[in-house]
Amino acid sequence: MKNVQKSKRANKSLPFFFKDEFKVSFIIIFISLILLLTTFTFDIVPPILNRGIQPATFPKALLILIIAMTLIVYYLATKNPWKIEKKLPRSFFLTLFSFIMFVIVSNALDFFLAISALSIFVAYYWGEKRLFYLLLVGIIFPIIVFVFFETILGLRFPPGIITNIYYS
Amino acid sequence: MLAPLFSSKLLLILFFGTLFGLILGVLPGLGPTTGGALILPFTMTLDPLSAIVLLTSIYCAGTYGGAITAVLINTPGTPAAAATCLDGYPLAQKGEAGRALGMATVSSTVGGIFSVVILVFFAPILAQLAYEFGQPEYFALAIFGLTMLASIGEGSPIKNLIAGAFGILISTVGKDFMTSIDRFTFGINELTEGIGFIPVVVGLFAMSEMLTQSTLINQIFNRIALKAIKLPSKDDYKKTWKTILRSSGIGSFIGVLPAEGGTVASLIGYSEAKRFSKNPEEFGKGSIEGIAGAEAANNAATGGAMVPTLALGIPGSATTAVILTGLIIHGVRPGPDLFREQPDFLYGIFGAMLIANILFFIFGFFGAKIFARITLVPNKILWPMIFAVSVCGTYSLNQSIIDVWIMLFFGVLGFFMRRYGFSVVPVIIGLILGELVEGTLRQSLVIFDGNWLMFFTRPIALTFFILSLIALAFPLIRSRKLKKK
Repeated sequence: MKNVQKSKRANKSLPFFFKDEFKVSFIIIFISLILLLTTFTFDIVPPILNRGIQPATFPKALLILIIAMTLIVYYLATKNPWKIEKKLPRSFFLTLFSFIMFVIVSNALDFFLAISALSIFVAYYWGEKRLFYLLLVGIIFPIIVFVFFETILGLRFPPGIITNIYYS
Repeated sequence: MLAPLFSSKLLLILFFGTLFGLILGVLPGLGPTTGGALILPFTMTLDPLSAIVLLTSIYCAGTYGGAITAVLINTPGTPAAAATCLDGYPLAQKGEAGRALGMATVSSTVGGIFSVVILVFFAPILAQLAYEFGQPEYFALAIFGLTMLASIGEGSPIKNLIAGAFGILISTVGKDFMTSIDRFTFGINELTEGIGFIPVVVGLFAMSEMLTQSTLINQIFNRIALKAIKLPSKDDYKKTWKTILRSSGIGSFIGVLPAEGGTVASLIGYSEAKRFSKNPEEFGKGSIEGIAGAEAANNAATGGAMVPTLALGIPGSATTAVILTGLIIHGVRPGPDLFREQPDFLYGIFGAMLIANILFFIFGFFGAKIFARITLVPNKILWPMIFAVSVCGTYSLNQSIIDVWIMLFFGVLGFFMRRYGFSVVPVIIGLILGELVEGTLRQSLVIFDGNWLMFFTRPIALTFFILSLIALAFPLIRSRKLKKK
């Protein structure tokens, strides 16, 4: 409880644009506004084909509702500031980086290779240094999953340097 | 009720579903919702009844499994077991882990079976009532379901509503189902079909949890050793039977309410157990009544949550939203017609839930010690494996790599949502109800010739609107009461 009060006090002393409540509210409203503008580019249905309301009306109403509710959240946060969250550790950013690498490798090289590389990378940076376990999560287990999906569910994985060898 | 299940294949599915559900429940961060979403692609090889039997057995057993971790390592295996930690762990610290788990197992089983009875009686009645529903009534009902999001969990009601509205917004991506006009597709062909449920669920639950676990890799759990699970003594039964029955009733009722689920049920079950207890001062220090109150309620919510799911097609909780998706994927449309046209299918589900509750009692009683060991699987091994299954499972539904990217996007989004106090459950409920809300609204407006006020001339719809207002006002009244206290 004391820690929460301390962090709340700390949060009050920050300029408003550094506070989490401002940053989060700003991002939500900013994205909602972009999406709201996008709704104006939706095709308009001629009255004879239009059933009830235009296709853009419902998303527009939703986005306005989200913006209004976010403003309320921000207003309430000015009265009762959010507690400051702990800084994210290095391991989080490495895991996030591995997600990005997964997208790049699966698209450019191979789906299986991307799974395998991410598994080894994450296991290693989360503290697993034993070779057998790295091989287990990075190679043996993905092979089991791959073969299971391929044979039992009849799935065809996207082509890539390793997948092509398997299919050929 | 059990006749449709008398096939070796279904019994085997039930057996493995319960076992798998228990394992998922025991592992912190997983649970029946994530597990159900991960298993959903595999169910495509099964017939509809087998698939739903598998999902419901995971649901029942997973909800109970969370108690094992709550008692032994003070970490709820599932959010619904959070209230169990309050007394389960202190009692285990006193060297009575076996007694705590014994009470959790018995009260979970009683709560679960009680709720199946409620399901068998109330689901057909609700389905019968639903025959009176037209498009405006379904619209009002869906709005009621969404406003109930305001009171789920301990989070901010407005943040929950924002998350729910965001879920509905996701459902509008793709071709408009009435006019075939593209919305929010940004020229990406794969988005014209809309955003699938599985990538969103797996992303918001499994991938965001993986990112959360990445921030906790140095966390050390103190696991309390378990010698053997003990059935409650006569004295314990005397102390708790009223609590178990009360919490079973509370859990079933909370479960029936759209969007609410085991987490809310267990918190209310726990606080009511404390209110009625002769020894409220023992709560938080290892009260056996506290364990009984929380566990009976969260398992009772499973059957309750299936009532609106099957009778109306409105999910009663996050996990039933996954089950509802399973039904839709297999071409089964929940609602009154299901009760008239496929009674065997429904009785199969009811029977499966009943057997799953008995099975997890047996597994829990004889295997708790083994399941407790599962918590020792290190995250550095477990989560890369879950990643591989998540990616392949998400890809398998439409064989689309875009779905995998969407899953990862929602994983990152879910992590930040949770970090800043936005629950991810409303997004799932919003996504499920989105099409129903928009579809019934537009069809109603066609019926009413564009006159919005006509909604208030329909008594059932008006009742749901009034209930929606109460649902919105309830969190405000509750927070004012808490402030006064």
